[in-house]
Amino acid sequence: MMLPSLSHKELKRYSRHLLIPEVGLEGQQKLKAASVLIVGTGGLGSPISLYLAAAGVGRIGLIDYDRVDYSNLQRQVIHATSMVDKLKVNSARERLLDLNPEIQVEIFDQILTSENARQIVKEYDIILDGTDNFPTRYLLNDLCVLTGKPYIYGSIFRFDGQVSVFDARKGPCYRCLFPEPPPSGSVPTCAEGGVFGVLPGVIGTLQATEAIKLILGIGEPLIGKLLLYNALDQSFDYVKLRKNPHCKVCGDHPEITDLIDYNDFCGVPGIQSEIIHLDEGYEITADELEQILKRNTELCLLDVRKPHEAKISNFSKTKQIPLDELNSRLSELNPDEEIIVFCRAGIRSKQALDLLIKAGYRKVRHLKGGINQWARSIDQSIPIY
Amino acid sequence: MQIVRIPTPLRRYTAGKSQVMVNGLNVSDALQDLVSQFPDLKDHLYTSDGGIQPSINLFLAEQSIHKKQDLEKPLQENDRLVIIRSISGG
Repeated sequence: MMLPSLSHKELKRYSRHLLIPEVGLEGQQKLKAASVLIVGTGGLGSPISLYLAAAGVGRIGLIDYDRVDYSNLQRQVIHATSMVDKLKVNSARERLLDLNPEIQVEIFDQILTSENARQIVKEYDIILDGTDNFPTRYLLNDLCVLTGKPYIYGSIFRFDGQVSVFDARKGPCYRCLFPEPPPSGSVPTCAEGGVFGVLPGVIGTLQATEAIKLILGIGEPLIGKLLLYNALDQSFDYVKLRKNPHCKVCGDHPEITDLIDYNDFCGVPGIQSEIIHLDEGYEITADELEQILKRNTELCLLDVRKPHEAKISNFSKTKQIPLDELNSRLSELNPDEEIIVFCRAGIRSKQALDLLIKAGYRKVRHLKGGINQWARSIDQSIPIY
Repeated sequence: MQIVRIPTPLRRYTAGKSQVMVNGLNVSDALQDLVSQFPDLKDHLYTSDGGIQPSINLFLAEQSIHKKQDLEKPLQENDRLVIIRSISGG
């Protein structure tokens, strides 16, 4: 393949790379000729895209449907405070082109789905995972297996991170490691469980390192190995991964030969289940709660957040039982009393609601949007977090 | 004694412990000891028919414990079992 030439300006910009024999002029030209798709421009996507842009990867695709929120800025270092409420892909493109105007940045402000993924992914050599959910990870994995592309996986939770390079042509895929997703709702997302701000910096930078190594063809890629990082222990563990001959997508007799419905596969509730809850009257809005509290009706405001969250924002009188203790502390709740469950944003309270309904509680509802929604629409003196 | 490394999502069932000391002649014994110390872990490690949950991965000395017969692998003193659970943040 004819490699693109580098201008004088580019030679000056990449001087420190050109000095390394493993990169050199030809390596830098390979970087310029390369294309990568970064799925998600959040915690992981930030360092991935910044380092790959700085390194001179010639064409970078960014896909994200979300907008910049204040709560992103603690870790999503590609976005600035001045970009809050703007589309993340626009914010990221502006920053990357400011960092390196010699590269091309292509953006897709949409959700990656089984319908659009093939068309988007086919234009890129390497796919990097900066997503925050299981359905997109399985979608990316399957598509990379089916189209023969390397998939650079990264994932984070609180203080833990995982990194690997899945390339089914040379080793196992994500499904070989995790044939099935965990039960829906059993693994909290960063929005529910929190994340240590510098963690995606470590993991995303490792993913960017793997991408550059693959492009240059240097070093040992993390194919067939899973790197496990813990920020509290400052530990890096490696485990060896084996190709699973029974893998449904890359095994000897694959069952998955085309993209499937990944929300369904991962048991992610769709819009329909939301409607069912609404119809059954198990959900209460902040406005409705305000009316009830004004009437001074006796009720139990059940806070299922962790105790440290209750110190950030709270109602004046609540009962505090964290979600993971609820099952063993049901005896503390009176089934004859009206119970309104709340949390930060309405996700854990919905899980608590399901648990209470299954346990036989009938006079129970949960606060839609959590205490953050109450703070937004009813009481601005309460902080949103 | 052996060490079992607990992934963060499961630490809520081990009183926050990242590592648990267990006693087992083989992998299966060691896991039974773990569950006897922290019974809330049981449903997250095992399926109803006694198999290992598909979303759980076990590694002994960097090698994956995949098949049922791997659970009978003998353990030495100070062996380290690593439990890996999928995480989804990004």
